[in-house]
Amino acid sequence: MSAAAPAGAQPPRASANVCQAASCLAMGSAQVCRALEAEVAAAGLDDVAVRRVGCLGLCAAGPLVEVPEQGRIFERVLPGDPSSREGLLASLKGEARGGRPVASDPFFSRQVKVVLERCGTVDPENIDDYLATGGYEALAKVAGSMSPDEVTSEVVKSGLRGRGGAGYPTGLKWRTVAKEAGAAGKFVVCNADEGDPGAFMDRSVMESSPHQVLEGMAIAGYAVGANRGYVYVRAEYPLAAERLALAIRQAERRGYLGARVAGTRFSFHVELRMGAGAYVCGEETALIASIQGERGTPRPRPPYPAASGLWGCPTLINNVETFANVPSIIVRGGEWFASIGTERSKGTKVFSLAGAVKNTGVVEVPMGLTLREIVFDIGGGLAPGRRFKAVQTGGPAGGCLPEELLDMPVDYESLTQAGSMMGSGGMIVMDDTTCMVDVAKFFMDFCRQESCGKCVPCRVGTHEMWRLLDRMTRGVASRWDLEQLESLAGMVRAMSLCGLGQGAPSPVFSTLRYFRDEYVAHIDEHVCPAGSCHMGTAEPAAAGVSPA
Amino acid sequence: MSEVRTLQIDGKDVAARSDETILCAAEENEIHIPTLCHLEGLSDVGACRLCVVEVEGTPKLMAACTTTVEEGMKVTTTSERLVAYRRRAIEMLFVERNHICAVCVANNNCELQAHARNVGLDHFELPLMHPALPVDASHERFVMDHNRCILCTRCVRVCDEVEQAHTWDVAGRGTGARIVSDLGMPWGSSTTCTSCGKCVQVCPTGALFEKGRSISEPKARRPYLPYLVRVKERER
Repeated sequence: MSAAAPAGAQPPRASANVCQAASCLAMGSAQVCRALEAEVAAAGLDDVAVRRVGCLGLCAAGPLVEVPEQGRIFERVLPGDPSSREGLLASLKGEARGGRPVASDPFFSRQVKVVLERCGTVDPENIDDYLATGGYEALAKVAGSMSPDEVTSEVVKSGLRGRGGAGYPTGLKWRTVAKEAGAAGKFVVCNADEGDPGAFMDRSVMESSPHQVLEGMAIAGYAVGANRGYVYVRAEYPLAAERLALAIRQAERRGYLGARVAGTRFSFHVELRMGAGAYVCGEETALIASIQGERGTPRPRPPYPAASGLWGCPTLINNVETFANVPSIIVRGGEWFASIGTERSKGTKVFSLAGAVKNTGVVEVPMGLTLREIVFDIGGGLAPGRRFKAVQTGGPAGGCLPEELLDMPVDYESLTQAGSMMGSGGMIVMDDTTCMVDVAKFFMDFCRQESCGKCVPCRVGTHEMWRLLDRMTRGVASRWDLEQLESLAGMVRAMSLCGLGQGAPSPVFSTLRYFRDEYVAHIDEHVCPAGSCHMGTAEPAAAGVSPA
Repeated sequence: MSEVRTLQIDGKDVAARSDETILCAAEENEIHIPTLCHLEGLSDVGACRLCVVEVEGTPKLMAACTTTVEEGMKVTTTSERLVAYRRRAIEMLFVERNHICAVCVANNNCELQAHARNVGLDHFELPLMHPALPVDASHERFVMDHNRCILCTRCVRVCDEVEQAHTWDVAGRGTGARIVSDLGMPWGSSTTCTSCGKCVQVCPTGALFEKGRSISEPKARRPYLPYLVRVKERER
């Protein structure tokens, strides 16, 4: 189902790689693919292949089609508009015109692709494509010729840290799980419950290279001594789930998953579990409860899942991107991986650039690149006439970083020090029309709705903070409210049970730290400097608690 | 197999079994830590956060009811910060739902009220929510008043762990979370409820009470619970 290439050994002279990830599909890239096939056939280009591939990165300009032989990416190739395909067809015939040159366009040329190596080059629904690019070589090498300890050592050497946000050293986590006895078995869980507003990089990886994630999981299973794995993917990602399910079936049929992985005695079975729409289920203990069929609420740690996770068994939980890094680390070695990035943050990081930048999309950059390089060079800056105001990283537990910090390197420590966090990789750029009090209110509203309701500080605290922020954005708040907000934020951060509540006050803290004058303007002068708040409006009906 | 651990709680050297929680160890040594969702005989969930303590070497506050003791631990159960935070947590419960003691059946026998008295909570700084919630009086003997519920889930746990009926559970999220019987059916039509009344006995507030009782009348009988648990364990 991959290529419309002519039969025979002759490789196609040129190919049109049509993006089939969610955002391009929403713009009609499936129809584009069919139209293109017809047009290629009509033009008699039987040495041209039309291929379905994963995410090409520049989601803002979809549907995207790449002609790798020409090194060009064509934007907005719309299904109902044949003229949008003229340049593309010319390019397939061998003329170099139109499109964006991949080699010289900073959006593409400034990126370093490890996780996204196969995104946009392989057909996500075809295991042969993955195998042709060296897929499952790492797993075969690991299961065939390495001891579990050697595998873990390689990951330790790589310096890879958890890409879900907290940045816990992955090798150390693997070693901890490997050392557990686990008489009743162990588990590997892939956390694919990506829920931060504005984050979509894990979705992109799963939709574009699902086998890479599965391979990473199987390698982890071998290293820690687990024979069963779960991918916990949110139901809001139906395409990712569908492609993962297909990938699991294909890998089982080819002997890369299931009993006797790659012909060895190691067995590894993977199952999909769908999340039912609760953000808190991205928290590892809530995720475990959810897989077990219980209400998705966190429990206090310790015991950590590494000691007591799924059904009380030692459980390794890593994020999608973390697992997707693993095959490359095994093939090219931990030292190679450690040579990318900074002293304490190794490798690359995938970000989903969103908000007020020109080039919205999924990007992968080496750790240590500055925010300015990401937002202005790769992101292409803001729309003409708009001024950069802040960039939000880390989702609802992260913070807003102002212009002064644009030259800060992006790594775990710098971001945390600046009052934000790496988070899973959402990066939302805001311009001068965005009110920072309103941003804090937005994230607090998110946390208040997503709080599971188990512990008091998070359940009541996020709601009360949201109400105070709401008063501010309506111009009816006093200095007393600001004092209350700060005191509440400190209490909720310190007292909450899990990361959701502990992180919920972060957007408030960071906006107060860098944009306090905006709060003061709302309160003292009843003015919204960005002009986005409707001052003097009545309390909305939703301010109270909705009755049962 | 449990071993002995020695630790310091509020500067006092104490010995505890390795499977004991900080709360357990403190109580044995007559160090009082405020609790609300904890009840002897039930599993601990660490939900009310009143029992949080400071442990030297960790920046995070730990819930004493769910943290097991470790050798050489240095625990502080009372500090200016902890007192302020606990007071805030109690205030939060008061502003979340309607807790007007004067018209509450649990008046003078209420754990929430006792906590408020202990921390000197005489006014609220946070805006009140006080949504109008339903009262489920469909059961022939008992009433569930959601307006007084603090979601401590003692009823859920006693029903599941001791009576093993699992009639109660939690539904909804955030401030919309509610205790529900069966799958959200009225209590009276529950097919799992054995009408044992344990939930009524363990409720710290006036959310669950016996019909026909008036303000300040009911006195909860709780010390029976650990005995019941022990009997159950012996049976198994």
